[in-house]
Parts: sequence; C-alpha cells; structure tokens
Amino acid sequence: MSSPQDLIGEEHFFEARRKVFPKAVNGTYRRLKWAVMAVTLTIYYVTPWLRWNRGPFAPDQAVLVDLAHRRFYMFAIEIWPHEFYYVAGLLIMAGVGLFLVTSAVGRAWCGYACPQTVWTDLFVHVERAIDGDRNAQIRLERAPWGLAKIAKRLTKHSAWLVIGAVTGGAWIFYFADAPTLAQSFARGTAPLVAYATVGILTATTYVFGGLMREQVCIYMCPWPRIQSAMLDEQSLTVTYKTWRGEPRSHGLKRGDAAAANALSADGVVPSLVALANNPALAARIGDCIDCNACVAVCPTGIDIREGPQIGCITCGLCVDACDGIMAKLDRPARLIGYTTDLDMRIATDGGEPRPALARLLRPRTLIYFGIWASIGLAMLFTLGGRTRIDISVLQTRNPQWVRLSDGQIRNGYTIKVRNMEERPRSFDILIDGVPGAVMWSDATDRIHAVKSVRLDVAADQVAQMQIFVAAAGTGAARSDLTFTAHALDSEGGVARDKSFFERPEQQP
Amino acid sequence: MADDKRIDQPTGTSFVGHEWDGIEELDTPMPRWWLYTFYACIAFAVVWVILYPAIPTLHGATPGTLGWSSHGQLNTELAAEHDRRAPTVRALAAIPVEQIPANPQLLRAAQEGGRSVFKVYCSQCHGSGAAGAKGYPNLNDDDWLWGGDVATIQQTITHGVRYPGDDKTRMSQMPAFGRDGILKPAEIEDVVSFVRLVSRQEPASASALRGAKTFANNCAVCHGDHATGNRTVGAPNLTDGIWLYGGDRDTITETVTNARYGIMPAWGSRLDPVTIKMLTTYVHGLGGGEKSPSKTAQTRPSTAAAK
Repeated sequence: MSSPQDLIGEEHFFEARRKVFPKAVNGTYRRLKWAVMAVTLTIYYVTPWLRWNRGPFAPDQAVLVDLAHRRFYMFAIEIWPHEFYYVAGLLIMAGVGLFLVTSAVGRAWCGYACPQTVWTDLFVHVERAIDGDRNAQIRLERAPWGLAKIAKRLTKHSAWLVIGAVTGGAWIFYFADAPTLAQSFARGTAPLVAYATVGILTATTYVFGGLMREQVCIYMCPWPRIQSAMLDEQSLTVTYKTWRGEPRSHGLKRGDAAAANALSADGVVPSLVALANNPALAARIGDCIDCNACVAVCPTGIDIREGPQIGCITCGLCVDACDGIMAKLDRPARLIGYTTDLDMRIATDGGEPRPALARLLRPRTLIYFGIWASIGLAMLFTLGGRTRIDISVLQTRNPQWVRLSDGQIRNGYTIKVRNMEERPRSFDILIDGVPGAVMWSDATDRIHAVKSVRLDVAADQVAQMQIFVAAAGTGAARSDLTFTAHALDSEGGVARDKSFFERPEQQP
Repeated sequence: MADDKRIDQPTGTSFVGHEWDGIEELDTPMPRWWLYTFYACIAFAVVWVILYPAIPTLHGATPGTLGWSSHGQLNTELAAEHDRRAPTVRALAAIPVEQIPANPQLLRAAQEGGRSVFKVYCSQCHGSGAAGAKGYPNLNDDDWLWGGDVATIQQTITHGVRYPGDDKTRMSQMPAFGRDGILKPAEIEDVVSFVRLVSRQEPASASALRGAKTFANNCAVCHGDHATGNRTVGAPNLTDGIWLYGGDRDTITETVTNARYGIMPAWGSRLDPVTIKMLTTYVHGLGGGEKSPSKTAQTRPSTAAAK
C-alpha cells in the first residue's frame, strides 16, 4: 500500500500493478490442485476425441456442438434446437451448483476449478521451469536487459503462446468432427472461422493466463462480487487464526539481545515446549513468526492475515506454506486453514469447532441442493420420456378457405414431420374430425384425393409438405381437425397435432 | 482542488473534492490496463473519424478517406445477392415453364420468388393470399376464366386481360344487354332466373324456363349451350359455385344489364420473362393449377376472341 505521502504532490492516473511472483510450495492442497488440474485439462483436451457410434446418419463424435446442422450431441443424448431448454436447464444447474458449492465449501470453484485458475497455475509452472522460483524471478525482473534475459523472456512467452494456441486449438474440435478438422486445419483448408477462433483464444489465454492473471479475478470477474454477498458466518474460507498467531514474533531474532531478554535464555524463537514452560512468554507471543511464507506463495499477492478479502480465491496454497513452517518450528499445523467465521469465533473463545457435517447440513445448503437436484431430476425425467417423432400443422390463414367450383370448401395446411431417430422413416398422415373430408398433397391433385398421405422423412431431419383438405361446403364455420402421423416401421409411434377446418359463415 | 488535498485515512487515498450527502469521492487510481484500453479506444475513434463518414455537416457528413457510404454498401450487397441468384435465374431462363415442377430445387426457387413478386405487383387486386375480391379472381380455386395450366397462366400474366396497348392481350367483351336495349327488363329477369337455376341456387320456375330460351339466343354463344363457359373468350362457367362478381339475383341482374369489363395489366412489358415464370409457377401452385394439356390439344387453333 502506498503511503499517503506518495499520493500527494504527484498525479496518479493509474494504479501500477504490483507484480506477483508466487513461490513454489508443496502440501496437501497443492497436491489437490495438481489433481484437479490434471482432471480438468484432461477433460478439456480429450473430450472432443471420444467417439460414440450413432449409426450411418449421424456423426460419431461423443460430444459435438453441430452449429451448422443445429444439433448438440452428448454421448447418448441428442438435442435439437427446440429442446434448447435442456441447455438452459444445464446452465441454471451450473449457476445453482455454484451457489451450492459456495455455501458448502466456499470459493472452491475460484480456487481449484475455474479455467482462469487452472490456466494461470499452468502458466506459473511454465514460468518457474524457465525463470526459476520466486527469488530468481524477482532478480531477473530487476536485472538489466541482456542476452540471457532476452532469451529467457522469448522462451517463456513462446511457451505461453504455444499453450494458448493448444487451448484455442482444442476448443474448435467441439464444433466439428475432430479428426477431420485437425487434418484440414493442418493443411490450411479449414474454415476461416476455425483459424479466427484459435487466434482469439490463443490471445485471450496468453493475456489472461500469462499477463493479467490475478487482475482478472480482482478487477474483471463478477463472481468475487457475488461471492462477497453470499458469504455468511458458516462459509468455509481460508482463515488466519488470529487467536493463535498474534502477536507475531517478528523481529525476535537470534542474537537480538533485547528480544532474547524478552523471550528466553537461549535467544531463539521460542518453541512450543519453551512457551509451555514459560507461561508469561506464551501469553505474550503468538505462533506466527511473520515469515511471510503465506504472502510469497499467494497467486493473487494478498496477505491472508488481513482477513477475508475479495482477492482471496481460497486456493489453500498459503495453508500448505504455513504448515511447512509450523512443522519446522514443531508447532501444530493449520495456523492458516479452511474454517468458518463461526468456528473461528468459537475457537477464539476456547471452544471446540463444530463437526463438518453440522456445517454442511444446514438449511441453506439443503435448499440449494434441493433446487439443484430437482432441476436435474426433472430434466432426466423429461429426457427419458421425450418422443422422437413430432408433427406440427400450420393452417394456411390467407385465405382461410377456398370455395371450389363444385361448391366444396378447401383448406390448406403446411405440415412438418420431425424424425429425431438416426434412420429414415416413413409416416402415414391421417386426418380426423371433419366428416367426408379428403386430402391430397401439392405433389398430386384433387382427383387423387385420399384419406391419408405418405411422407418419407430422412434420418434426423424435418420434412415439410403442403396438404389440401376438402369437405362439404356447408357445416360449422370452424371444426376441429386432427392430424396424426403414424410411423410405418416396426417400432411404430404416433404423433398428433390439432388444427381447424374453416368454412365461410353460413348465410342465414 | 490542489489546496484541498485531504487524505482518507483508512485507504490512504486522497479525496477528489466531490461530496454528495456526506459521501465523498476518492481519487482511486485506475488499473493500468484499464487506462491503456481507454487510450486505445480514443486512438480507435480518431482513426475511425478519419476513415469513415463521421462529423455531421449541413447536407451530410465528412466523407472519410475510405469512401464508404451506406448506399455504396447496399449496392455492393445487392450486387452480391444478384450474383448469388444468377445461376438460379439462368436456369429458370433456360427451362420452359412447364418443366419447372420436374426440378424440385428450381420449383422451390420459382415459387418463393413468385410469392414475393406477387406481393409487390399482384396483391393490390388479387390480395396478398391471392384470394381475390369482387371482380378480381381468386387464384386459389379450381375455376379459371382463361385456363389454369402453366402455359395459359403465363400467357395471361404476360399479355394481361383487355389491356389496351398489348396486341396479344386476352380480349372479349360482354354486351350490356340492358343498357344497350338488347333485352327488355323482363327478359333479363328471366335470364337471371335461368342462371340461378343452372347454378342450383333457385328451383325451376316459369321465369327460368322462359329465360332458357333467351339464354340460348343471346348468351350461349359465349357461355355455351350448357352455361359451362368458354375459356377461349374468358366466359365464366355459370353452373359452378364460384362467382367473380356475385351470384345473388341483384348482382347477376347488374351484370347482365351493364356487363363487366375487368382489366388486368400486361406484365410482359414490365417484368422480365424469368420473373413471369416465377409468378406463373407460384400462381399455378396455389392449389387450383391444372395439368398441361396434351400435345394434340395444345395445337388446337385458338379461335379469335369475340369483340
């Protein structure tokens, strides 16, 4: 934080970014992050290459967003544009799921699974492999430009760009047949939009993961703001246990006479044993030795000891760092740890934290889970019961009816039959509701009027047909007319749609 | 403001000096990337103003160095659309109108093209759904004055009906039997009774029987001995359920007394042949289109229209 004096007398148009050089760390949560990174990146890169046999009339890619043909394939599920509510439902589930996760385990999404976090983590590791750890990076940053620095910078940025390109490259495979697109992409014959997408995603990955990093979370992302509204006293946050750590024993160094006098005879930072033996010391000195390890490893460059804050993505790396220090000092772990505000207060008062289950099974998490699960179940239920054929009838409204020369009345209809199976099917279209009515399609004429017409629908397609229906010229001005599509193959199936048959108002 | 550099103690940021209801604005610096994005936007705007029409003047705007205009863009897009349609238009130009239905792709192109052309040139009289109106035929039904096969429809659209200035226009004129004194009012009443009888709107009567004789002497030459009409002269079939002007007694009396003289423009001089083919295909496909007559019937010499 700049001192007030810095700000006076000099105009600041921008807040200069204080570059973060996160130090490498090892521990429980680091290993968890490795695992999550491996799983999420594997899912991202491998999914488009999975195959799923759907027969000769449909693509064999397991997950495919086929924008050109307006189909979305996900393993056994095929979604048509009119079923887009499934996608909307998935998005709602994702939203409610975030709330659920937040109320159960806090900002776990931010800390582990968010693409910004995963890719930043990846970029940081690449940076470390090239430039070395935190101290080497800071030295290099301050070093004057020379051949070695230029070489390292070139290597690092090239590596980042390669990662960006591979990221963008994987994205496009979700939208076309992956092996085909990979070949045509390499040959330079892929559609322009593929190259543009890869270019844009390369740029965003490089800029967000390499250059902007924590600034995306702190300045750009809306989620931390929503998050601060969602946190309550039962939310799991990375917490510095003030009651244990304070006052910090910073400056109580070996050889410091005053400190030595103040602390113990041998002048070292007191061990727990020493503190236990000297209640006066124990009462005055906390466990935090102010080594700043927690700050050094933080990917967003914050000091967790200042309390919960918007910049904390709760990745837990400071927990690992502090645990390492505590182990060396022979003090109990988790001076920094995942805990809730409520438990923190209980512990401050010397009580035992509540069991995790009690925290999880509270009304808020249960309600979120209930909403989340019911949307999921409702979607599964409708998905299981959806029909694979459909007929829709659109009555010609202009004109509503036509008088034929023999006095009969003719109505026109546009019918569409949808075959969602991955094989061609034939249908008989029948009408019911108007006595004596006959029908014919625009492919024939009235002489060949019949009681039903045949319609062949290609696999996974909609077929459209113009139908004329004629009936006696006298009768109700409006009668119900039901169109029925009967599938003619062995599987069968029926779909209906209601329409009307209209006649002129009868003269009194 | 410089003399009012107070510092907000908790954040260490100076105040701007603005205050609303006790809430004061802090001079919090922007992130650097935000500021640079802002500068980039300014640079973009400057370049835009130079390249494109931007600053309004009394009669337009500064032209911009690229020479872009919305009219120019529209013309480019129209030209591109013209090019896109060129193969279809060429194919339609090459194929006789009777053979269009055999090619589903051309059929669809012709019907959709005809539909939009119809809305522009024909809907004023025939209605947007081609359902017609009094005096303007309904093109959806199966009753045709001059014939409903594609070649006949194409001929009618090209040369019009009773259209002055087109030598090949469809021509016929019904005499004004009442106005010109050819028939007496009582005879007209009898003929109307007969017409109402053959169109099954009235039971047989003495008037209708008298009218049959008058009809045979005066009307049958065009409308036929059985009142079923004659397409060569556009004489309507009087026995069916479809009436161009109306089938009630008053309207038929009016028709016989003063005659009718409906006119349709000849579109051949205004629309190109491909457009007329599309219109023909569209009208033919409305539901009442008839099959093209066989070759022998087609070569039958057409009789001159009665003047």
